Amino acid sequence: MAPERTAAPARAAAPDTRTAGSRARALLSAREAPVVGALVVALLGAGLFVDMFATGRNIDFLVLSIAAIALMALPMTLIVITGEIDLSVASTLALTSATLGVLWEAGIPIETALWICLAVGAALGALNGFLVTVCGLPSLAVTIGTMALYRGLAYVLLGDRAVASYPRDWVGGARAPFLGIEGLPWIAVAVLVLAAAFAVLLHATGVGRSLFDIGNNDEAARFSGVPVAWTRFWLFTLSGVVASGAGIFWTLQYGTSRADTAFGLELQVVAAVLLGGVSIFGGVGSVLGVMSGVLLLGTIRNALQLFGISSEVLQIVTGLILIASVVTPNIAARVRAAREPGPRPAADPAPDPTQGEPS
Amino acid sequence: MDPTEVPPPLALVDVTKSFGSVRALRGLSLELRPGEIHALVGENGAGKSTLVKTIAGVHRPDSGQLLVDGVPTAFGAPADAQRAGVAVIHQEPTLFPDLSVAENIFVGRQPLTRLRTIDRKRMRSDTGEAFARLGVDMDPDRPARGLSIADQQLVEIAKALTRRARVLVMDEPTAALSGVEAERLFTVARTLRDSGAALLFISHRFDEVFALCDRITVVRDGAFVSCDPTPDLDVDTVVRRMVGRDVTSLYPKEDAERGDTVLEVDGLTRRGVFADVSFRVRAGEIVALAGLVGAGRSEVVRAVFGVDRYDAGAVRVHGTPLPAGRPRAAMAAGMALVPEDRRQQGLVMESSIERNATATRRRPLSRFGLLRPRAERDSAREWGERLELRYGRIDDPVSTLSGGNQQKVVLAKWLSTEPRVLFVDEPTRGIDVGTKAEVHRLLSTLAGRGLAIVMVSSELPEVLGMADRVLVMHEGRITAEIDRADADEESVMYAATGQRPNGAAR
Repeated sequence: MAPERTAAPARAAAPDTRTAGSRARALLSAREAPVVGALVVALLGAGLFVDMFATGRNIDFLVLSIAAIALMALPMTLIVITGEIDLSVASTLALTSATLGVLWEAGIPIETALWICLAVGAALGALNGFLVTVCGLPSLAVTIGTMALYRGLAYVLLGDRAVASYPRDWVGGARAPFLGIEGLPWIAVAVLVLAAAFAVLLHATGVGRSLFDIGNNDEAARFSGVPVAWTRFWLFTLSGVVASGAGIFWTLQYGTSRADTAFGLELQVVAAVLLGGVSIFGGVGSVLGVMSGVLLLGTIRNALQLFGISSEVLQIVTGLILIASVVTPNIAARVRAAREPGPRPAADPAPDPTQGEPS
Repeated sequence: MDPTEVPPPLALVDVTKSFGSVRALRGLSLELRPGEIHALVGENGAGKSTLVKTIAGVHRPDSGQLLVDGVPTAFGAPADAQRAGVAVIHQEPTLFPDLSVAENIFVGRQPLTRLRTIDRKRMRSDTGEAFARLGVDMDPDRPARGLSIADQQLVEIAKALTRRARVLVMDEPTAALSGVEAERLFTVARTLRDSGAALLFISHRFDEVFALCDRITVVRDGAFVSCDPTPDLDVDTVVRRMVGRDVTSLYPKEDAERGDTVLEVDGLTRRGVFADVSFRVRAGEIVALAGLVGAGRSEVVRAVFGVDRYDAGAVRVHGTPLPAGRPRAAMAAGMALVPEDRRQQGLVMESSIERNATATRRRPLSRFGLLRPRAERDSAREWGERLELRYGRIDDPVSTLSGGNQQKVVLAKWLSTEPRVLFVDEPTRGIDVGTKAEVHRLLSTLAGRGLAIVMVSSELPEVLGMADRVLVMHEGRITAEIDRADADEESVMYAATGQRPNGAAR
């Protein structure tokens, strides 16, 4: 998924083997390495020790339960890398779902309603982007506000009613397997394709590079000609569109629209993104890591559910994993620093670089 | 004062310090005597910063001795150095912006009343006393926010005074100061010297070193080169010792053929910052924007490039109007800006040398919208070679480079866009003599190839040596335009201080 990985063999063939070696080291010590490792361990552990885990039906269930989180985590990754955050995604999902319900009840054909919902999502995201870029407000405050606002609007549309009269073939269709393979719903394929697209965008294009620059130092990015405000605006809009897409899928998958749909789901999205090695301070992260984070969280929750553990405990476990994911990189950095013989002389490097460099 | 009678308050004997395989200090000795200002000069990377950190107790020497009043002492932490009476004044002090000046001076060691509450009255009076001794007029109660860098340094010096520091280390204090501010700092430094303190003064500016200091120590590659009384030295000798070779000329501007007008700026105004700024730059010409810090020079350059907005006026490149506030459009029109603040504006410090050097050319280095890693790397290497960049690995973070080499990365980032108009804002601030000469030669060569160059500089010798024309700004307006032939220190300084507006122009 990460293009750096596919490019590595080509570099190894280059005459400068030292650089290739350092690249490989950098890959192994990268922030997503622990989460990929943890995912492998969790999958093996669950497969070996949890009854029913490695069955087609359960995998199917697992994938469907994390699909919406995985979708919303993709634009969230880009947003957090630029040093911002979007906490309104779950409310956007709910408001989209409510909109779909109202439109369907009003007799609008579902094919048309879907497009309207995506447009609503874009508008909701654009409002976030407008408040953050034009008004210059911190995204944390803005999206906490719109989180409540969009959820409230969903209640205005539906109250405590539920719309559950969606056509059967659409509801069944949302959960249909891809090419009839059990354990592989088509949404999984869609998420993978989208993840690949996001990974290419983030890791292999100029726009992706500028996202990292914005997260590390937006002033320097601006001085290099990066349209920082526009980029942020479009990211929030994109996040709104993807969240509304997730809302459509969510609605059809469960066959109901309710105003309290996906309540608190934004925290799981943020947790997965941070667990995937994206720095909450911006400037660091990868799509591979985030997708591993989503799958890891889903696997742990699924396995614990199969063990019959209550949802309160699941909540606690999710919280602990989130804290661990934020703390681990700090501890790792401290361990690395302790292993180094001395501080790097940042201001006074070697007079002759061929003599070698510190550490 | 005879050094054999009174042991110096601080001396280093044969100190070495290595970082991994890099030997930052190799047998360095230095003796700071009371009532003397001692200059330490050397190129960037010569070990000056490491030396300062050793004196300040940040680094422990691997071998050699640190003598306080002739007694061997080990500084385990900066607190030990402070206790021994050592104070370091940094180039850009870090005060707590929301605390008052007096609170900043006594932070962490506030005097207490009998009720164990903070004795504000005493803090205030002690601060006032320290300022009086320094001959500085500053309100102890004003918040530190909004103080100029020069004033912040004075606060640090006052802090050192109240700590009864006997050894003051000033690490490139004047790099960000205007001429007047630097003069004031020197007056304070002389006052301290006359009251018996030992001062170590580090600077890249020779006029200051020669005007202020009593003795000059030259270091090169972490080793001691020479230490002589100032009257026995001249600039050429010091430069030769620093670089280890002859530097033919510091400011080698060659005459270039002037071409057509490339850049036209008309009536550019930003309310409260600058007003009615108009100038033209022709191909092959270097135009300097001189003036005091805060005169609005950088702001003009930033507005022309589009990073800042402006309220009125127009910018044209080759006759084509440029949209305001869009750096990308300016880049497309062939503009490039090497900004004033390398670390904040010029580079993404966390990012690699390669990514920084190619940050302006991601589109040309892509195919079908996808970046070509090989092309990026080759391009970064090529520009590194062209500018003689010294680096370990091309994917090291750019923060591991020395100041001069960081500046070369910024230059590479912008020169690689093949601009037709180049803005350079303080291109040689805080970089060593050797690199400085390289930068000057580079700018001169570029002008020779027909580039139009606008240079903002606070260093008069640089302005006078490099510029074909000098525009002097004072309080947001261009007060004088002086041709190379007529430009001298006096005419520029008069226009810059606004003492004789327009009087200096021919």
